[in-house]
Formats: sequence, C-alpha cells, structure tokens
Amino acid sequence: MRNFTYLVPRSLNEAISMHESRRGRAKYIAGGTDVLVKMKEGKLAPDGLISLRHIIGQDRPFLNTETGELYIGAFMTHRSIERSPLVQHRYPVLHDAVKNIGSVQIRNVATIGGNLVNAVPSADGAIPLIALDGKAHIYGAKGYRLIDLARFFLGPGQCDLQGAEILTEIIIPPLSPRTGGAYVKHGRREAMELPMLGVGVLLSLEADLTTCAKARVCLGVAAPTPFRAREAEAYLTGRPVTEETLSEAGRIAAGESRVRDSIRGVAWYRREMVGVLVKRMGMLALERAKKRNE
Amino acid sequence: MSKEITFTFNGNRMTARVEDHWTLLHFIREELGYTGTKEGCGSGECGACTVIVDGAAVNSCLYLTVELDGRSLMTIEGLAAADGSLHPLQKAFVEHGGIQCGFCSPGMILSAKALLDENPAASDEDIRTAIAGNLCRCTGYIQIIDSIKSVRGEAPEGPRVVAWRDEER
Ligand SMILES: Cc1cc2nc3c(=O)[nH]c(=O)nc-3n(C[C@H](O)[C@H](O)[C@H](O)COP(=O)(O)OP(=O)(O)OC[C@H]3O[C@@H](n4cnc5c(N)ncnc54)[C@H](O)[C@@H]3O)c2cc1C
Ligand code: FES
Ligand code: FES
Repeated sequence: MRNFTYLVPRSLNEAISMHESRRGRAKYIAGGTDVLVKMKEGKLAPDGLISLRHIIGQDRPFLNTETGELYIGAFMTHRSIERSPLVQHRYPVLHDAVKNIGSVQIRNVATIGGNLVNAVPSADGAIPLIALDGKAHIYGAKGYRLIDLARFFLGPGQCDLQGAEILTEIIIPPLSPRTGGAYVKHGRREAMELPMLGVGVLLSLEADLTTCAKARVCLGVAAPTPFRAREAEAYLTGRPVTEETLSEAGRIAAGESRVRDSIRGVAWYRREMVGVLVKRMGMLALERAKKRNE
Repeated sequence: MSKEITFTFNGNRMTARVEDHWTLLHFIREELGYTGTKEGCGSGECGACTVIVDGAAVNSCLYLTVELDGRSLMTIEGLAAADGSLHPLQKAFVEHGGIQCGFCSPGMILSAKALLDENPAASDEDIRTAIAGNLCRCTGYIQIIDSIKSVRGEAPEGPRVVAWRDEER
C-alpha cells in the first residue's frame, strides 16, 4: 500500500474539518474492510485516511422506550449488532442479515455505516434497515439532516452523502404490533460471499393475526440499488397472508426487479429466485409475527 | 507519517514506532519477525492472517497497525507455554489430524481460541461459524472441527448472562 497519513479525530466536527481542509484528498475509514481492499488493489490512493473509530457515538443498539425508536450507531460493527440480544429478539430481519456478513473476522471490524455508504447493490445491511423504514442521520458542516434510508442509495457505489458529511446513526421507527421479519442472502454458500440476491420481508398483522396491515418487501442485487418492491407491498396490504398471496407477491416483486446477468447468476434464475425467496421469507416473517404476539 | 504506539504483544508490553500505512500483518511478520501469521490472499478472504486483538479474531491483512495502540495482540506464537508445551488447541489439532500442510493452522487455531475463550461450550454450529472465514485446502475441515470439539469445555455452571433484559426494558 502507498503511504498515507492516518488521522484520528475525536469528534464529528474535528473529522469534518480535517476532511474539508484536505479538499477531497482524504477519505474516511471505519472498519476499513472496503477502503483497505480498494487501496491494496490500487483503486484508491488517498493522501490521508480519517478514522471514524475514535469518535464517541452509540456503541450498541439502543431502544428508546418512550418513543419505541431504535438507534444504531453508524460506527457499530456488524458483530456488535449481531450480538445485541435486543436485535436478536426484536429485529430478527436485521439479525438474519448481519450474522452472515463476511466472516467473524470481518464482522469484528466492519461497520454498518461503512456497509451503507459503500452503497453496493448487494449491501446486506441495507435491505433489512430499509424494510424497517430506517432513517439515516447525517452530520455535515451545516448540521444534521435526516433522510429515509430508502432514498439514500442513488446508484451502484453512490449514496446521498456530500463532501465531508458523515453518516452517524440509523434510526428505526417504532415497530407496529404483531410484526415479524426475515432476511436471506442467496448465494452458493452462506459465509464469505457477495450474495446473488438479498431478500428481506417485514409483515405487520392485524389483530386477527392473518390480515396484512403493512408489508415491506426489499430486494438487494435485483436492481442498481437496494430497493422496495412497492407493488408487491401494496398487493399484500389488506389481504390475508397465506402461501398463495405470498407467492403472488413474489411474482409481482420478480416483475419489479431489474436483474442482470452477472458472474454470480443469470437474470432469469435471479428473477425466479426473487419469487421463491419472497414467499419463503414471507412465511418466516408470518411465523415470527405470530410468535411475537404470544 | 509514523506514530508511536504502545500495546501488548503475546502478553508483553511493547512500544514501537510504526508507519501509518503498515498493515498489522506486515508489522508482525516483517518488523517484529514473527512468521507464524501467514499471508494468503491479503484481502480478507482466506483467514490465514487471523490474529486476536482485544479478544476478537481479526484479519491482520486488513487491520492498520496504528489501530493497535492501547490494545492487546495475540499471535500463534503466544499460545504455547513458556516451557514450550503446546496449548490444548494446538495439541488437539496435532492429535486429530487438523493440521496437514499447516498454512491455515495458525489462523484456524486463533479463530477457535477466540471462540472458546468467549464461549467454552460452543455448539457445533458455533464452531463452523467461527471458522467460516478460514480456508483450508488440505484437511476437508472435518478433522479441524473434530479438533476444536475435542477441547471445548462443558457448559459453565450457573445461569448464563442475561444482561439484555436491561436493554430491552
Ligand atoms: C472478505 C470480505 C467479505 C465481505 N462480505 C460482505 C458481505 O457478506 N455482505 C456485505 O454486505 N458486505 C461484505 N463485505 C464488504 C464490507 O466489508 C462491508 O460492506 C462493510 O460493512 C464495510 O464497512 P467498513 O466499516 O469496513 O467500511 P470502510 O472500508 O471503513 O468504509 C467504506 C466506505 O464508506 C465510507 N464510510 C465508512 N463509514 C462512514 C460513515 N459513517 N460516514 C461516511 N462515510 C463512511 C468510507 O469512506 C468508505 O468509502 C465484505 C468485505 C470483505 C473484505
Ligand atoms: S491474508 Fe488476510 S484474509 Fe487472506
Ligand atoms: S492444513 Fe493445509 S491449508 Fe489447512
């Protein structure tokens, strides 16, 4: 790797002024599992790396019991999210995703913020957080702004961060009652692979435990950015959640996908799998929603 | 640029001047001269470079040495006792055929150690998960998993920690 200066700000403001004073020649680094790989490959050669690891921030998922909001610090590692019993018990859709990112070694250092800012279509962390209606909390020289995570992704490798802005936190609004969710990444093996597809489904049920009150169907690698299959969601809403309706939702979601042929899988197969996996994750989400009601 | 860092290396406190762009793998092998830590892919895929930092297994090829400041590092050289007798995990790998060419072994053993230190009663699935980021081209993994299983302890007595209840409230 080429030489560079490693800067260690202790606050967001310090990080931002370091970034601004280097006018685009420095890059933020969190876990570094993406930045360092790119630098080793020669795809990136910044003069400086500005570490986000020493900025005090949310160090574990925190549930605000008054508002029901969940806060996830952007600098948290996948491992600390995976290990959070709060996430395991209340947000299984997120747990399903983070526990299969890379390996233990990768999860011990790679952060959720880095995963989102990378903005690859396959970002495993993005799909469940979009399904949960997560909002991105962003800090820059002009202060804070908050945007829906579903709007954060602009294109492959492009997200809505400008200049020295830092993603600081993801905020998950309160869960509706009787909500269950599930995520699966589909590939040849679970560990250590960029998925051929990522599918997350979140379902909230009416008190009858059958009718769908709210649905989220989110797909990764099925388009240039992670996205919501809104037609499939609209179809499910108000209908009983059954194998049949979930199959139909899967079919609709497959139609909404803009899958391409790539070395990880051909388009027609991916489209078929969207259908299969939306149904499968929907059934699991249903089961979990019922269980949470017990 | 270079920085001075203080850390613990296999139990010993050390201070060193390190270049900002050194990976931990480079530092361990080329500067400290300990070659038990291997380089396979250099990009986080193979796990041959696995070391333990503050109790957690990490890929030293993707870890900057400057980040070691104030932390504790364990490499495979830190496992055997002072008199040279092997750590139980090392013995188990020898006895169960978990080692063939040996290239993956330091990383495998350290991944296993990080797991068992934290969860001595790890399940078979926990073991598989812990070594999912360590490739072995020789053994077919079964002997490695057997080796690790042979040293995992029984479940510790008493209730497991239930600290999450606090968080959920
Ligand atoms: C072997 C291997 C396996 C992997 N497996 C997976 C996988 O299964 N699924 C998956 O989704 N990804 C995977 N990845 C990709 C990557 O590890 C993850 O996306 C990871 O979460 C990136 O986080 P990081 O903290 O390491 O990012 P970094 O490399 O530190 O940063 C990534 C980018 O985001 C910027 N950045 C980081 N944090 C912030 C912030 N808070 N605000 C503003 N900018 C920021 C950096 O400047 C950089 O451009 C894998 C990578 C490797 C090497
Ligand atoms: S050399 Fe570090 S993971 Fe392969
Ligand atoms: S023993 Fe040869 S790579 Fe594992």
